[in-house]
Amino acid sequence: MNTKVNLAGVTLKNPVMTASGTFGSGAEFAEFADLNQLGAVVTKGVANVPWEGNPTPRIAETYGGMLNAVGLQNPGIDLFVERDIPFLTKYDTKIIVNVCGRTTEDYCEVVRRLANQPIDLLEINISCPNVEEGGIAFGQNPKSVETITREVKKYAKQPVIMKLSPNVTDITEIAKAAEAGGADALSLINTITGMKIDIHRRTFALANKTGGLSGPAIHPVAVRMVYQTAQAVNIPIIGMGGILTAEDAVEMILAGATAISVGTANFRNPAVTMEIVEGIRDYMEQYGVNDIQELIGAVK
Amino acid sequence: MAEKYKEQAVIIRQEEISYGVYSMWLKTEQVAGQAKPGQFVSVYCHEGSRLLPRPISICEIDREDRAIRIVYRVVGKGTEELSQMRTGRCLDIVGPLGNGFPLKDKKAFLIGGGIGIPPLLELAKELKSEKQMVLGYRDSMFLQEEFKKQGSLYVATEDGSYGTDGNVLDAIRENGLNAEIIYACGPMPMLRAVKAYAKERGIECWLSLEERMACGIGACLGCVCKSKERDSHTNVNNKRICKEGPVFRAEEVEF
Repeated sequence: MNTKVNLAGVTLKNPVMTASGTFGSGAEFAEFADLNQLGAVVTKGVANVPWEGNPTPRIAETYGGMLNAVGLQNPGIDLFVERDIPFLTKYDTKIIVNVCGRTTEDYCEVVRRLANQPIDLLEINISCPNVEEGGIAFGQNPKSVETITREVKKYAKQPVIMKLSPNVTDITEIAKAAEAGGADALSLINTITGMKIDIHRRTFALANKTGGLSGPAIHPVAVRMVYQTAQAVNIPIIGMGGILTAEDAVEMILAGATAISVGTANFRNPAVTMEIVEGIRDYMEQYGVNDIQELIGAVK
Repeated sequence: MAEKYKEQAVIIRQEEISYGVYSMWLKTEQVAGQAKPGQFVSVYCHEGSRLLPRPISICEIDREDRAIRIVYRVVGKGTEELSQMRTGRCLDIVGPLGNGFPLKDKKAFLIGGGIGIPPLLELAKELKSEKQMVLGYRDSMFLQEEFKKQGSLYVATEDGSYGTDGNVLDAIRENGLNAEIIYACGPMPMLRAVKAYAKERGIECWLSLEERMACGIGACLGCVCKSKERDSHTNVNNKRICKEGPVFRAEEVEF
């Protein structure tokens, strides 16, 4: 049985990856999950300098989901290169570094710093809904998406994945702009902007007022957007958004995703990625699928 | 670093010990063997729409019979679900989590407020020094019989129905108490007041904080608090309550 997939020239042993921001740099989850069994680890977003993130509360549970407004707190590229990359290189998995920034120059600086690092791909976060500058500001306009993709590509030594926001009218326009800018792959979807009000305290549940909704509640939206985008572009797609089980993962692959990322489900069960890797194999066995390629975008 | 485990615990017994406050004993092979006072466990709901674990402090540890006791207040749908569970039901937990209280041989105050009281019970059992337990309740009390067995107990109630009419610091003043070290867990306003009290008198002070969490294991950066110094892990002035905490030196954190 072949579960290997090719993501922009990089071969993953299976399509299961972790969604940025839910898995740190893997160290905390290594106590519960065997990172060697993952297709790739996608790290939490890293910027050129350390970011403090947003005030607390940063987390609120919702029905079938959760809101977060962490605000891209990160230790900065220096400590990340010194500590997190060496940790991950001990494992037999691919390393995808998620990059965030406030300006185009910030993104490019991080990408340059990663040029000679032993990492496999870059994921550029132009879709975080929880920071005022950068993040989603880049991701909602096709022109700026194309421009930033082109800029980042100038400095990138690894294939570039652009991570897209669902908070747009037509995600295929944004996806095509990223492809035109030279993106090697796309990640979608980031979280959907939401809000929760604590009716007892009559205040916002999150200090940031709004946050990004994730979890199974958004899964159908993600499947729809992955499907639409797969019809619109010729570069591979990493599907994410509310994947909780192997069935959810297979659904995303059938919709057109070459690989999938597991995010919020890690909070429900820190060993869930292992179960999804196993469950995809079980599905393939059950339906006599010899090669996972047969499943990618099989539902048209 | 101590090991953490994901395991299926079994409910040995559960009872409501005060209005809306439940005590649950869980049979857990691994967590009980590793747990220390002041640590917590992540408790996962059965209901699938509730994704996030509930972080609940460990109230007592029975290492011999491999069990832990958690005491929690019903504050929402998740804790309500837990409160309905009967003996024999299984419950997924991850733990033990966080750092726990440092055990020091000094004359101590154990100051607890409301649902911050439970983790002080195991601390009281394991502290060998002279201890004075000062507990503050809004109205109805719980666990006071267990605390009485561990040393001198002082109670404050906001409605004046028992002990000192007021808060925990009022109880300390009213009884003319003093100590060389403070361990405290409770609501933020209480912890702020305890921190100020300790600073004024130059007393070593350890506070157990809480915050909304997602992962409970230090990955998501949901539950941070501001720290005076740059934290070596986060590289900013934020400490993870679930990992570096929940217990901090009072002057280390700003809240």
